[in-house]
Amino acid sequence: MAVVKTFPMGGVHPPENKFTADSAIQILDPPDEVAILLGQHIGAPAEAVVQKGDTVKVGTLIGEGKAFISANVHSSVSGTVKRVDEALDAAGFRKPAVVISVEGDEWEERIDRSPELVTEINTPAEEIVQRIKAAGIVGMGGAAFPTNVKYMVPEGKQVDTLVINGVECEPYLTADHRLMLEHTDEVLIGVEVLRRALQVERAVIGIELNKSDAIEIMSKHAERFPHIEVYGLKVQYPQGAEKQLIKAILDREVPGGKLPLDVGCVVNNVGTALAAYHEIQKNRPLIDRVVTVTGSSLSKRGNFQVRIGTPFSHAIEAAGGMPGDVAKVIAGGPMMGKAVPDLNVSVTKGTSGILLLNKREAQREETVACIRCSKCVSACPIGLEPYLLEKLARMEYWEQSDEHDVLDCIECGSCSYICPSNRPLLDYIKLGKVKVHEMRRASAG
Amino acid sequence: MTELLIYSALSLGGVAAGFAVVLYIISQRFKVEEDPRIGEVTELLPGINCGACGYPGCSGLAEALVDAADEGDISHLTCPPGGADTMKQVGRYFGLEVGSKHKTLAVLRCGGSFAAAPAKNEYQGPETCAIAHSLYVGVNGCPHSCLRLADCEVACPFDAIEMNDETGLPEVIPELCTSCGACVKACPRDLFEIRPRGKGKAERRVWINCRNKQPGGIARKNCSVACIGCSKCVRVCNEIVQAISMEDNLAYIDPYKCISCGKCVPVCPTKAILATFTPPKPKEPKKETADTQA
Repeated sequence: MAVVKTFPMGGVHPPENKFTADSAIQILDPPDEVAILLGQHIGAPAEAVVQKGDTVKVGTLIGEGKAFISANVHSSVSGTVKRVDEALDAAGFRKPAVVISVEGDEWEERIDRSPELVTEINTPAEEIVQRIKAAGIVGMGGAAFPTNVKYMVPEGKQVDTLVINGVECEPYLTADHRLMLEHTDEVLIGVEVLRRALQVERAVIGIELNKSDAIEIMSKHAERFPHIEVYGLKVQYPQGAEKQLIKAILDREVPGGKLPLDVGCVVNNVGTALAAYHEIQKNRPLIDRVVTVTGSSLSKRGNFQVRIGTPFSHAIEAAGGMPGDVAKVIAGGPMMGKAVPDLNVSVTKGTSGILLLNKREAQREETVACIRCSKCVSACPIGLEPYLLEKLARMEYWEQSDEHDVLDCIECGSCSYICPSNRPLLDYIKLGKVKVHEMRRASAG
Repeated sequence: MTELLIYSALSLGGVAAGFAVVLYIISQRFKVEEDPRIGEVTELLPGINCGACGYPGCSGLAEALVDAADEGDISHLTCPPGGADTMKQVGRYFGLEVGSKHKTLAVLRCGGSFAAAPAKNEYQGPETCAIAHSLYVGVNGCPHSCLRLADCEVACPFDAIEMNDETGLPEVIPELCTSCGACVKACPRDLFEIRPRGKGKAERRVWINCRNKQPGGIARKNCSVACIGCSKCVRVCNEIVQAISMEDNLAYIDPYKCISCGKCVPVCPTKAILATFTPPKPKEPKKETADTQA
């Protein structure tokens, strides 16, 4: 490998702080009560199909995604449905949820819980897509977009490559890293399952070079799969953003406002591949995920296999309990994650990490005037002008924001990270995106 | 020397006269006839160009008024900051009836002060309600609460809104408010409503000081003065005027039906109903209300 593959424009390199890279995935016992949100994914929330008092097992369907972009939700525990009403989402708003009090740990009979690897893939492509939908599998990288929708390639579009994202460019997070090390074969078979579902000849896996052990083991095991290639990528944030990843590995550029489908790709996370393996080979729907629980002062930080619906407080307890100096708890990584206003919010399919920052780390420095250094412009991986978009949003010039392609922003936060004046660039750009969407909807009718 | 002066004065004067003739011809040729009434009506309007009427500035409204007057009906047009006085003058000018518009002002419908709805978390983002609202539920956990970041104060063109440092909430100064509606648009949580100023000189008015549509128990958890949807006010009002309705666990007082008697104010268990006057103490047969509840 003479030249290290990467994306050509922008990007930053924040301190990695991957404290938990060496800690093996621990299985976290279910809490006494889980609150499983019915809208954990992008799109319409699922509709509850259980009622108060119903007995459920691990893997029982509790919410059905009826809209085109929606996803099923399964019980992650066995027990009794305590109520079907609302629970806090990561932003602190109350959203439809199923609350289950946990009794024992009984699984649906169809689920194969044995540790044996099922290598043979006997499921035809259409059935794979249907079962991915049935299993409620969504993008596990954080965005939680229903996976089956990506596999319904519209008429006239040609797809030739499946891109698998093992980059994990967010600082602190190590969940995907551990998955690739500890479940190498499962992930690779999962990739093979997805490749067959997409009916393409080529699947590429991108991994950042700071995970050399993962690149090594994945490359070695991938030798048995003639259609899968593994690429090491430069350590550069946001290497794991869909469009940047495609550009880095395949040198194809996704135009503004278009999808990877338009350049013949579908991108999925390694966690999604593992979930596909579980469903297709083991009949196990998406009921848990690996979450990195980390922070500089957390005593037993690590990677935990957590049931969906587990409250953050339970996961933090397992990682050594809340340290006294914590000022901010973030769902996800430090760059794109969201601070949560309450510790009772529950782990969803998209929760890749729980990050505890102390007061010094969490403090936002005082905002001072823009000095026109243009660092934000250099850092933007899309080639936008963040300083200008911030200004336009402050002045509520939404039409001009639209003209300057605010909607192409991928919200990676590189601009806010690099700004020497600590300007809240991304905050205003996000507001601009919301307002421009509103404006477009209004003018569309 | 004098010759030079005369020649230059004559030649420049000649050029100027030539242009003057050309300009005169053009102005006569391409004259735009403006209805003189537009200018006169603009004079009657407040001249602050706030746009609250829905037209671009006062001359815009004046034009619309003149057009409407030609049709014979201007009752659908109003000038919110000018109020009834201005419209009366406009009506007199045209000799037409104007809409019976009450004098109005903006009313904040949230009591989530520091004391009533204590902060449960700290917000460090940009100091604007629009961003805080798009990020999360807010410092006190109530999804309908004032975010206390003063977007309304910034938006008000008349300095009629001031943030109260003790409560954290914005306060509308009735003397300055022209009910232009800028705050209604600025508040991401729709906490302001344009309501009539109320009866008499004292401007007697009553309103529900809450927008929380959650079930009572949840609303109370975040705020001690939240409307809990108990319907006590609806019952006390229903006897006579039926101005209060209950929808999604939230009471609403219709200002056009309300007679500002103030009976609902003392019955509210969470003090979520506010009035601009001291409401009457509940009369002796307090038991009666208790009975009707039971």
